[in-house]
Amino acid sequence: MCGIVGLFLKDKSLEPELGKLLTDMLVTMTDRGPDSAGIAIYGNGDAALSKLTVQSDQADADFATLAADLGAAIGADVDLRRADSHAVLSLPADKAEHARAALADLRPGLRVMSDGTNVEIYKAVGLPKDVAARFNLAAMSGSHGIGHTRMATESAVTTQGAHPFSTGSDQCLVHNGSLSNHNNWRRKLRREGVRIESQNDTEVGAAYLTWKMQNGASLGEALEGTLEDLDGFFTFVVGTKDGFGVVRDPIACKPAVMAETDQYVAFGSEYRALVNLPGIETARVWEPEPATVYFWSH
Amino acid sequence: MQKIDLATQTLREMNATLQAQKDQTNATQWDIENPRGAHAIAVGLDAPIEVTVRGSTGYYCAGMNKQATVHVTGSAGPGVAENMMSGTVIIDGDASQYAGATGRGGLLVIKGNAASRCGISMKGIDIVVQGNIGHMSAFMGQAGNLVVCGDAGDALGDSLYEARLFVRGSVKSLGADCVEKEVRPEHLEILRDLLERAGIDAKPEEFRRYGSARKLYNFDVDNAAAY
Repeated sequence: MCGIVGLFLKDKSLEPELGKLLTDMLVTMTDRGPDSAGIAIYGNGDAALSKLTVQSDQADADFATLAADLGAAIGADVDLRRADSHAVLSLPADKAEHARAALADLRPGLRVMSDGTNVEIYKAVGLPKDVAARFNLAAMSGSHGIGHTRMATESAVTTQGAHPFSTGSDQCLVHNGSLSNHNNWRRKLRREGVRIESQNDTEVGAAYLTWKMQNGASLGEALEGTLEDLDGFFTFVVGTKDGFGVVRDPIACKPAVMAETDQYVAFGSEYRALVNLPGIETARVWEPEPATVYFWSH
Repeated sequence: MQKIDLATQTLREMNATLQAQKDQTNATQWDIENPRGAHAIAVGLDAPIEVTVRGSTGYYCAGMNKQATVHVTGSAGPGVAENMMSGTVIIDGDASQYAGATGRGGLLVIKGNAASRCGISMKGIDIVVQGNIGHMSAFMGQAGNLVVCGDAGDALGDSLYEARLFVRGSVKSLGADCVEKEVRPEHLEILRDLLERAGIDAKPEEFRRYGSARKLYNFDVDNAAAY
């Protein structure tokens, strides 16, 4: 069991409240996943700047001179904004790959949570309310975001095993369920050059979508592909720079509820997660159909 | 009219209060406010009371119901009226997966759509759905009636025993050992009665009946591929 929440805003006036709304949804899903929690939030991006969200277990030591060290290594200005065990590094977009490689040398203990112009991913082990407080998620603004509360099944309870997973620029995925053919796909996708860092089944699902989209598929087409290629139980919610998608496997035993108004599209593993959203009383509320792809974009 | 507001009272207090009502209670009308998708609302009731839940519910609303009438004005989460013994449960909106699962008696009315596995392993309950139902509905259904005014999803009535299935719209596919059967006068009577009790305006003659071909009751090697 796990909990998923997602919120895609149509109404820009709600953007300052995205973090607050999503945090409330996330904490409501605590009893579906008390092990760990995470959130991916898409803010306003600058196409010239790439954001690398990094995490460290020795944040004080690792982050102290990181901006200067990384800046020197890649020959560009690097800005660092810290949030507890995470930091967002802003640097010229054309230096993003170089920076990733340099980070592996400069700070081997550092993990890259996400990269892209818009997305930031924060995740940690612990109760969702504690995780949300550590990163002050409620204060974040953005256009869309997805969150996850984890009850681990397929890999250990660690930051690395927490969702969302990001395997491509500005892409992320959260998952309720378990995949049974992930080992095979992990081998195949690694051969194809897709970056997969953990033993977690969900990361393979994320990598699968990245691989499909690298090969020209739209988000909708990539999601369609999961129905054919991934074996197991899944309700996926995915985010891209300007999009938000949902797909459930054909058996559809993992719960899902969606709500749409003129202001937003929302996803929750249960209706409970949606009850504090503005205008939910009059929203169109429905259960997404099995084996059916839903996506929205700005 | 008795009111229980879940914004100020706990779920356990509400269920304990409702469960404490006896056959001869004078407090027959109950309003539950602010359900906000909570789980296990109005479960295990055993008295002829009428409970109205004002809003949408989470998992297992009205489970194990006996005698009581539970009316949900919103939608219901997974497992509504699971293992109902008697009484009536009415959902004004949609119901999520396995509505009425394993029910032994009583009437479950869903005014919207029901998701997958509606009436799975039903054992005597009557279920009337005004909209559509999802895949694998009435799987291993043993007794009772499932009436669907809309369409049915894949694998309707898979491994069915003696539950009767009536569908007015299309059936995407039938499950193993489920076949269409003749609608006889006694079936029209059953339909007329259930539609009337559910308050749904539909003609019994518009429904088709599906039931068990009875080939999978006992293992037969010639049917191995169908299991």
